[in-house]
Amino acid sequence: MTLTSPLDGAGAAPLASDGRSQRLTPSADPVLEIKNLSVDYGYDDDPVHVLRQVSLTLGRGEVLGLAGESGCGKSTLAYAATRLLPPPGLITGGEVLFTDRSGVKTDLLRLNDTQLRASRWQDMAIVFQGAMNSLNPVYRIGRQIADGIRAHEPKTTQKEALERAAELLDLVGIAPDRLKSYPHQLSGGMRQRVMIAMALALDPQVLIMDEPTTALDVVMQRQIVEQIAELRDRLGFSVIFITHDVSLLIEIADRIAIMYAGEIVEDAAALDVYHRPRHPYSSALLHSFPPLRGPRRELIGIPGSPPDLSKLGHGCPFADRCEFAFDACAKVNPQLVFPNVPGDDPRRAVACLRHDPSAVRAVGEEPPPVPPELSLT
Amino acid sequence: MRFFLRRLGFYVITFWAAVTINFFIPRIMPGDPVRALIAKNQGRISTDAESALRTLFGLDKDTTLWQQYVDYWNLILHGDLGTSFTYFPTPVADVIAGAIPWTIGLVGIATIISFTVGTLIGSGIGWRRGTWADSLLPISTFFSAVPYFWLALIAITIFSVTLGWFPASGSYDRSLVPTFSWEFISSVIYYGTLPALTIVISSISGWILGMRNMMVTVSSEDYVTVAQAKGLSERTVLFGYAARNAILPQVSSFALSLGFIVGGTLIMEIVFSYQGIGYYLFTAVAAKDYPLMQGIFLVITVAVLFANIVADFVYGVLDPRTRQEG
Amino acid sequence: MTIDTSIVEEGRELEKPSQAPMTGAVAAAPGPRRSGPRKLLFLRNSKAITGMVILAFFLLIAVIGPWIAPYDPSARSSDILQPPSWEHWFGTTHLGQDVFSQILVGTRGVIVVGFVAGILATGIGVIIGVTAGYVGGLGDETLSVLANVFLVIPQLPLIIIIAGQLPSVGGVTVAVVIAITGWAWGARVLRAQTLSLRKRDFVEAARANGESTWRIITAEILPNLTAIIASGFVGTVAFAVLSLITLSFIGIGDTGEWNWGTVLYQAQSQLALQRGAWWWFVPAGLCIALLGMSLTLINFGIDEFVNPRLRSTGLNARSLRKRGIRPRIGFTPVVREAKEDRA
Repeated sequence: MTLTSPLDGAGAAPLASDGRSQRLTPSADPVLEIKNLSVDYGYDDDPVHVLRQVSLTLGRGEVLGLAGESGCGKSTLAYAATRLLPPPGLITGGEVLFTDRSGVKTDLLRLNDTQLRASRWQDMAIVFQGAMNSLNPVYRIGRQIADGIRAHEPKTTQKEALERAAELLDLVGIAPDRLKSYPHQLSGGMRQRVMIAMALALDPQVLIMDEPTTALDVVMQRQIVEQIAELRDRLGFSVIFITHDVSLLIEIADRIAIMYAGEIVEDAAALDVYHRPRHPYSSALLHSFPPLRGPRRELIGIPGSPPDLSKLGHGCPFADRCEFAFDACAKVNPQLVFPNVPGDDPRRAVACLRHDPSAVRAVGEEPPPVPPELSLT
Repeated sequence: MRFFLRRLGFYVITFWAAVTINFFIPRIMPGDPVRALIAKNQGRISTDAESALRTLFGLDKDTTLWQQYVDYWNLILHGDLGTSFTYFPTPVADVIAGAIPWTIGLVGIATIISFTVGTLIGSGIGWRRGTWADSLLPISTFFSAVPYFWLALIAITIFSVTLGWFPASGSYDRSLVPTFSWEFISSVIYYGTLPALTIVISSISGWILGMRNMMVTVSSEDYVTVAQAKGLSERTVLFGYAARNAILPQVSSFALSLGFIVGGTLIMEIVFSYQGIGYYLFTAVAAKDYPLMQGIFLVITVAVLFANIVADFVYGVLDPRTRQEG
Repeated sequence: MTIDTSIVEEGRELEKPSQAPMTGAVAAAPGPRRSGPRKLLFLRNSKAITGMVILAFFLLIAVIGPWIAPYDPSARSSDILQPPSWEHWFGTTHLGQDVFSQILVGTRGVIVVGFVAGILATGIGVIIGVTAGYVGGLGDETLSVLANVFLVIPQLPLIIIIAGQLPSVGGVTVAVVIAITGWAWGARVLRAQTLSLRKRDFVEAARANGESTWRIITAEILPNLTAIIASGFVGTVAFAVLSLITLSFIGIGDTGEWNWGTVLYQAQSQLALQRGAWWWFVPAGLCIALLGMSLTLINFGIDEFVNPRLRSTGLNARSLRKRGIRPRIGFTPVVREAKEDRA
């Protein structure tokens, strides 16, 4: 089983090497850096802290997978980074630095409305999870692709914009005469392709995909994922791919970040997460999905349910469900650290006390020995 | 096309139902007030007119109910609604024909203004939630709870009796002869302003509240977020995406609540003694002029049905999903 | 309004089709801060509470009004057309009758007709709406058309021609006429909701278990329609009150029976406007508006209870402004409060 490219033998061999070189240097050339992003739900005195100081870096040309159970905050992260989070969402701190092609960095959270509008779709585009509801039901899809183009390029005529829209549809494998269709005349898979075409209209550098395949059947899921991978290789944008389906991510992503209870608990190359998950939650998550390829594994559920975000204590939020939990886990919330296991990728990060003996000692506990299966395989 | 045929079928059924209700009401009512009235007008009423009234009110007990029903339809389809007692011997149809332009002018224009302005304000309030605009809500709630005619009483007290800005009653200066002169038309506008304003003010809050709620619901649809993500201008997102979709249920509710609104605004004519359908309905009720009452009910129903057809047509134009091509 | 967050988060997650990972407890985690049973949420809604309090006040007046009225509402006196004073709080009529007493005594008529019509119309609406939604097919088509016909036919003129031809029109008769013409709106909404409930898993499960149709409707469907039935009832009461007052105002109905509409009828016919006797018609109108508003507020409460999207996120507009928060779609507000915490 090779996982160099999601397009196994689909005529993408020359592109695979490109993908590999990107993966080895994930954050050398960042296009999007999310730093200490905090988000609350609720404007009252007692809001729920749904994201707590989340940091994440997306390299240029990289496909970054974001995984976790429902309610862990992965979609919130994407919406907050683009400031599209609906009320009563509230960004309470952090930075979202976008680096454009000439290397200029801007903090998206400090832009005013006009600047933010100009940046949207041009720099970063989003494909939402609900293909059914993402398109305006009363306009033809051609018009909906064209209005995005014309909002950013006022000099473009409607005719030119529609021609561009036709090319974009062609790119995602939809006949250009569909420009005249209304959303209700398209199937779910076609609508999602239209959304992808629309997102690519202005050649954005970052494409955020929030569960783009969840509402589709398995065959359609596969086609869309392959199409995204192929377009990425062709057009060179970066992708943040959000899903709860980790095995899908192993196929498409270069790097995977696992989220739990509003925090990132593991951030590592896709293959490393797959073969040697460092966080007990990553491991559990992997074992709760059947792998798309390769030998069958035993499926094991994760005991318990995600914690109530409004009632988090001081300790590790996963401790209650963790089979490796020890005394210190109830006292310290582990930070994202580099375990630096000899021979391992030095950039992989994990938030687990088993990998952070100094934090355990700081609360006066004796760290347990690193289990042999985690040291190095 | 199927959508329109279905709707058309529905209106035919509704018309049939209205006529049938009209047919049965006098027949199931206890007592025979019309017989008494015919007897009172004995000699003054022509035989033709008398037989029409007998058919309309079911006085011919010797014929079968079915025969009465057929005869009734025959009269209705020929536009014969009987003879008015109050305006004897004018046929009901003529009385109504004289009144209806005034009602369509006043109620029609005022309702369209109210719907348009209310929908616009509602879009704004629904879009800018959590701002000062929210404070308009309690005010419109109050106005939606007030009966139309009471507002008319207040308006007359303030603007006619106290300030003397507008006449308190009538539809034009009685010293003028109705012609297409500027003098006459300006008099009509002058007399119509206060009733029209009162109708607008009392009915607008319903449209504001309805549109506001639809905007709030539609605003959380994904396509509005997508529109914002695309970096479209605020105007385009508001009018092209949010309001453009929120107006669809607003148009359907316009069609459905038309009957209610027309009912309420007709009472305004009574308060302002405005010589439209509502005013004649009031005089008919006061004088127990049953033929006129029944005729007016039928005409109002037909007018409302017609407005519904127009609203349906507008809806079909606005929503592509109703025009499935196959 | 602490419930907001949990509902938003839940709504978001529920929309995702169930492909959730095979975790121990599948995603159905209860919202973060839902303390107490769901029913109590309604009573925590400030709009609903305000509405209930006002309604309770009028209900009380309806019961005790005739006893606490200082004068006989029909009794004439020599104080003709007096403006409000200590003797006559709302002034007097052209016959020297006490307007305040007329309003107090008249409350009962308004409330009785409103509630009788509301109960009758809701009953018809529930029977027709639920039947149509549950049986489906031709029965549904027929009943829906019937409801729509009654919706489109202008109700007030219909009520007028029916009531106008009755030889004697007491309050209860008016209530019955209003109910017969005003049930359609509730039926329409109930039908739509029943239709969607019928396809839900728990109803399908009950049917698969072989439970009787009657049991499914009473035990599974009706409890889930409570909010809609309640809102339909409240709406019909408001409609009935307005209709009754309008009928009385144009002189249909028993003029010997006092209600707020008859007060307005006399004021209008005795030229209260031209005589500048504002006290004659202003109190009755304000009472109608207040009662109508209380019913509307209760319905707002029910709507917000059913549809969390309508809930005001505004909380306290002033405190939001102070923090620089403007809740809107597409531009999440950014406040730098967390940073200061760390500093």
